[in-house]
Amino acid sequence: MISAPLHLIAPGHRACAGCGLLIGAGMATDAAGSNVVIANATGCLEVTTTAYPTSAWRVPWIHSVFGNAAAVASGVRAALRAQGRDVPVIAQAGDGGTADIGLQALSGMLERRDDVLFIAYDNEGYMNTGVQRSGLTPRDATTATTPAGLRSSGNPHLKKDLVSIVLAHRPTFVATATPAFHKDLERKMQRAIQAKGPRYLHMLVPCPLGWGFEPDRTIEIARLAVHSNLFPLAEWHDGELSKVKRIAVPVPVDDYLRPQRRFKHLFANERGAEERALIQRIADDTAHRYGLPAYDPQRTTAGAGR
Amino acid sequence: MKPTPGLVTTPGSSISYETGGWRTQRPRFLGETCTGCNLCVLFCPEGIVFQVAAKTYDFDLAFCKGCGICAAECPVKDVVMEDEAR
Amino acid sequence: MKVMEGSAAIAEAVRLARPQVIAAYPITPQTHIVEYLADAVANGELDAEFMTVESEHSAASAVLGASAAGVRTFTATSSQGLLYMAEVVFNIAGMRLPVVMTVANRAISGPLSIWNDHQDSMIVRDAGWMQLYAQNAQEAQDLHLIAYRVAEDPAVSLPVMVCVDGFALTHAFESVEPLTAEQVAQLLPAFQPLHTLDPADPVTMGAYAEPSIYTEARYAVEAALQESRNVYTRALEDLASVTGRRYDPWFDSYRVDDAEVVLVVMGTAAQTARVAVDTARTEGIAAGLLAPRAFRPFPAEEIRRALEHTGRVVVLDRAVSLGAGGVVVHEIRSALARSFYAPQVVGVIAGLGGRDMSPATLARALRAEEDAWIDLREDVMS
Repeated sequence: MISAPLHLIAPGHRACAGCGLLIGAGMATDAAGSNVVIANATGCLEVTTTAYPTSAWRVPWIHSVFGNAAAVASGVRAALRAQGRDVPVIAQAGDGGTADIGLQALSGMLERRDDVLFIAYDNEGYMNTGVQRSGLTPRDATTATTPAGLRSSGNPHLKKDLVSIVLAHRPTFVATATPAFHKDLERKMQRAIQAKGPRYLHMLVPCPLGWGFEPDRTIEIARLAVHSNLFPLAEWHDGELSKVKRIAVPVPVDDYLRPQRRFKHLFANERGAEERALIQRIADDTAHRYGLPAYDPQRTTAGAGR
Repeated sequence: MKPTPGLVTTPGSSISYETGGWRTQRPRFLGETCTGCNLCVLFCPEGIVFQVAAKTYDFDLAFCKGCGICAAECPVKDVVMEDEAR
Repeated sequence: MKVMEGSAAIAEAVRLARPQVIAAYPITPQTHIVEYLADAVANGELDAEFMTVESEHSAASAVLGASAAGVRTFTATSSQGLLYMAEVVFNIAGMRLPVVMTVANRAISGPLSIWNDHQDSMIVRDAGWMQLYAQNAQEAQDLHLIAYRVAEDPAVSLPVMVCVDGFALTHAFESVEPLTAEQVAQLLPAFQPLHTLDPADPVTMGAYAEPSIYTEARYAVEAALQESRNVYTRALEDLASVTGRRYDPWFDSYRVDDAEVVLVVMGTAAQTARVAVDTARTEGIAAGLLAPRAFRPFPAEEIRRALEHTGRVVVLDRAVSLGAGGVVVHEIRSALARSFYAPQVVGVIAGLGGRDMSPATLARALRAEEDAWIDLREDVMS
């Protein structure tokens, strides 16, 4: 009855309804194709797809521990090369396995120029363990370890500029992507999988549970992140910026923050308003850095959320 | 005894776990305005939306978790979410 | 015969085994082993990928990935490095990957010490790896070959660590009968893993285990370790036929049969212990020595049979389980608890942090009648 394209991540996985991570990982893996080996860190993606004795993966896949996806991938690639097999290797991890506990292994892989594509699935928190703050959690987000309260406006730290850290290693290819812009994501994945040397793709994947929005708004939230200039879609070759998506009429960050319960406290009082102004400045600075137009309250576009 | 614990030799065997029981609403394809853009297929986190003919789509309800993204993202509103009848 | 540094003898055995991926992070006193191998790769004497990884955690991870992708691998470490990679060490055994690792035994910080004792390898004794202890460079060389042979046997498919005393073995120059390529070809078949990461036949490695299945997964490792006993024994028999060098799989026993007191000690100190036994005999003490070679799987039955008829067993631990005495002593006591006979078992601790295992210390050990740290310096304590 049903003729299905064979997705390389099969259904029956246990991710939440509306999970942005599984949308992004599905797109990325399908774009990579079946001739690939994946090394996956501990996290939502690993746990939801590999409840022994079943697995959702239709490609060779290995999970070791939390912080070593990049090192395992480097070892896999070395072994394949020793055997004369030219199979692309992907290392993938979430916030922790990329930016925090996994940062050392990622840096080592990049610095050795190992022939591995690292995909960072950024949902701005340690979601699998219950929505705790990570190095990629943005300022003011409520998390279980940085809750907003009478004395707190949520996460006091700024989101780690991981792309800059990665770029300092001068990988052959770096890109930012998000599932809402699927053609862009697919093009970047195909480019990444065909290129050689150390490569990095940073994908923003909204989390309905952790960010606090209804599960049907995942793609809309990802779109707003890009449209507000908080998450530009860019591409770098050999460390130099090559392409960036220009948002002609950016939306105010409030449009992005308002639908997410993790930022609800920012709309409650004066302190919240000050923080939102700070976040707007972050978005404007980002736009400026990339040579993009910043949000201009004088210019609006109807239907900016779509 | 299986030789290696933690080793799964059946790719995609997660399909034995039917997640359709999770949902409280289900998608319905209206077939009135569809342009065949395929966004419903691309954006489904479960990968269970299928094109069955030109501008005609269906859903594998054994797995659909009822997130509603297909309906929310359809540019021409040709998919709607309805409460799961129990 | 060739005079070789212990590290060189080990590196040569590994080189002849031809691993295809080596990943290691330098830590004293392991460094010479991996440096000899780096040199071999640089000069085309070994065709391998030598990964200069950025930490021991990544060294273990890289060989884990490479082994999973179907190649023979090697790594080496000591002390802090072994602790740093510990979660991956457990993971490698749990995933049944036949990695071979040298542990150049070194004390654990704090305080910091680069010198030899057995605390590091004892800490990971529960990880599911086979653990072998070499007494000298010859044995270290031979046991590395055996390690690959046993690890890769499909009935086993488990990692093996060969423990060698830091400095006392790694940096000591000894006469060694080198292995030849022909001997290795006879003793070590090509690595043929049951499952690898291959797009032609996709598998998932490292799935998580719910309570309904975790116990069985761990039991499978235990079963494989028990199976390794046969494979290991056969491998040593083959080694004897091919090289003429015969090793008892479980321990060396020296003058044990008629001994009234038997000293149990592992590693290089066992060699000095032989001299201490002979000296004690001239002084009228019917002494003997049991030097375990394999610590995991623990040969409880064999040890019980060897020791149960003596009057006193003195176990000299070069490691300490702080708060509970030694480490090996508890396992010896457990083995003997099953005996109808009840020799006295005394646990002494000595030789921590590179303190010399002198004939005097060993003589004191042989005479110990109560548990004690026998080389404790009063002048430093007060």
